[in-house]
Amino acid sequence: MTMKRNSGFGYTLLGAIALGGTAAHAAEQITFVSQGGAYQQAQTVAILDPSAKKLGITINQDSIPDAWPAIKTQVGSGKPIWDVVDTPTGYCLRGGEQGLIEKLDFSKIPNAAAMPEAYRSPYSVSYEFYSSVLAYSQKTFPKDAPNSWVDFWDVKKFPGRRALRNHPIATLEAALMADGVAPDKLYPLDVDRAFKKLEEIKPNITVWWTSGAQSAQLLNDGEVDMEMAWNGRVSAVAKEGAKVAFTYNQGILQSTSLCILKGAPNLDTAVKFLNEAVDPVHQANLPLQIDYGPGNPKAFETNVIKPERAAQLPSEPANAAKQALMSYAWWSSPAGEAAEKRWASFMQK
Amino acid sequence: MLALVSPALLVILLLIVLPVGWLAWQSIYHDGFTLENYRRIFTEDIYWRSFALTFEISLAVTLIALLLGYPVAYLANSVPKGWSILILALVVLPFWTSVLVRAYAWLALLQRTGVINQLLRYLDVISEPLALVHNTFGTVVATVHILLPFMVLPLYATMQKIPGDLMQAGASLGASPSLTFARVFLPLSLPGVLAGCTMVFVLCLGFYITPELLGGGRTVMVSMLVSRNVELYNQFGAASAVAVVLLVSVLLIFVAVSRFISLDRILGQK
Repeated sequence: MTMKRNSGFGYTLLGAIALGGTAAHAAEQITFVSQGGAYQQAQTVAILDPSAKKLGITINQDSIPDAWPAIKTQVGSGKPIWDVVDTPTGYCLRGGEQGLIEKLDFSKIPNAAAMPEAYRSPYSVSYEFYSSVLAYSQKTFPKDAPNSWVDFWDVKKFPGRRALRNHPIATLEAALMADGVAPDKLYPLDVDRAFKKLEEIKPNITVWWTSGAQSAQLLNDGEVDMEMAWNGRVSAVAKEGAKVAFTYNQGILQSTSLCILKGAPNLDTAVKFLNEAVDPVHQANLPLQIDYGPGNPKAFETNVIKPERAAQLPSEPANAAKQALMSYAWWSSPAGEAAEKRWASFMQK
Repeated sequence: MLALVSPALLVILLLIVLPVGWLAWQSIYHDGFTLENYRRIFTEDIYWRSFALTFEISLAVTLIALLLGYPVAYLANSVPKGWSILILALVVLPFWTSVLVRAYAWLALLQRTGVINQLLRYLDVISEPLALVHNTFGTVVATVHILLPFMVLPLYATMQKIPGDLMQAGASLGASPSLTFARVFLPLSLPGVLAGCTMVFVLCLGFYITPELLGGGRTVMVSMLVSRNVELYNQFGAASAVAVVLLVSVLLIFVAVSRFISLDRILGQK
């Protein structure tokens, strides 16, 4: 579960300084950790600062591209310093199973309790959505562009160079959809069938990309004609003027979630913050800052997001309906972990 | 003397020996002694394949670097001092550019819409772009570029110490220049060849960024297994076992080579 964004630490301090004013009279505080970069900056404006103001607490920020090792070390040491972490949902679940993450009491988190069940787990609440989509060059495909994973696999009808992510998560889902499985009937994944379908396209994959930046570069430079990529990366390339587009059809809807470290120093305040962070209005403000969709679907009912903006977002109800919702529960199950281990031998053959 | 080097020794102990020892310890200890991490390496064939590929690439890089580097070192050795400094400066210059930047530069040169493919198509040499990168080929080219100085410098150092009189002696006995080279100069330069090859080969074994960026995902070298194992098994032991096996193979190579040539020489002294 590699991170999808770049990291940056500078504004963490800025955030702490900016909030210093409220710290004077607010005893309550938490430490919130996300993945840094433009993404954490967007949250600061849309969610973190307004939440701190409303609750009268101080939110200290930290950032790390991959929180998992730190969660393990901090909780393992018995004295974690972080409270709330924004991390790919799979880590929240795995952490919950391993006793590293607090179990949530949803009676204290009414905003999350009102969310659809598929958007939360006993340990976590969806915080924002992104999607693994089929992106393509409009230079190569000015019309009749590939529109499904079946098209992506059809090298005769859609000749061109292709790239996929060098990771089984979302890639196996795409392979199954290419083999005719309906987006809502994917889980539990038929791993054998997925790998068999992947073998079929393998000779036609020019690059197996490993980072979001690389996927953007491939599309931007015309190195590939179509690829699986994260929606935010494709729209960023398009914004810079490259002739690229993507479809949400058969996208794989993925999320990061908020979860609380076991034995967090400010547990009660952390729970309060969790509720506030998924408040529909704060959530609706996030996509005004960055190309990610709100974790709480109620955000689309607030009228904060204009309809034309909503139509661009991965978790907008009509877009979400076209996609497969990733089951992090399956990926952190033994079958999911086995599939992840099988990936390397698939790549090397 | 000991007092003078002790700060350096302390730094090495604290920053290298202890962490490496700790990693090695973790590879065999996880809730009790376990050889699971090593069993995996010696039974699952992805490890074997990755080690084989890494050694193949390292061998190819070493041979290419030798073929390219020897003439350069020879030239630098045989021209007047001013020129040799210029040649060596040109060899060392890319050293000061980050490996990452150089990998991206190669991408710009080699990819489908890159400089080389564009030029060849413009000249009508090819009709379809060549697959120059996102494969083993691209990885080898960029790695040779990065490691070439490690070949040229030991070669040059060795050649500098070959007395010019010997070549004159050979000539005075009636040998042609090519015979003098083959019978006198080449054998005397062999320690440099061995030193350069060892350096390049060993450094190449641990390459990470270049195959990651230019290998297209297919070129899985050992160092990439290290990072993959941290992610996959969620414990450092699984990754450090890979690192330990690589470290041991490097040590074995040094031991084998040191039977022929002293280690000081490989590391550029004497």
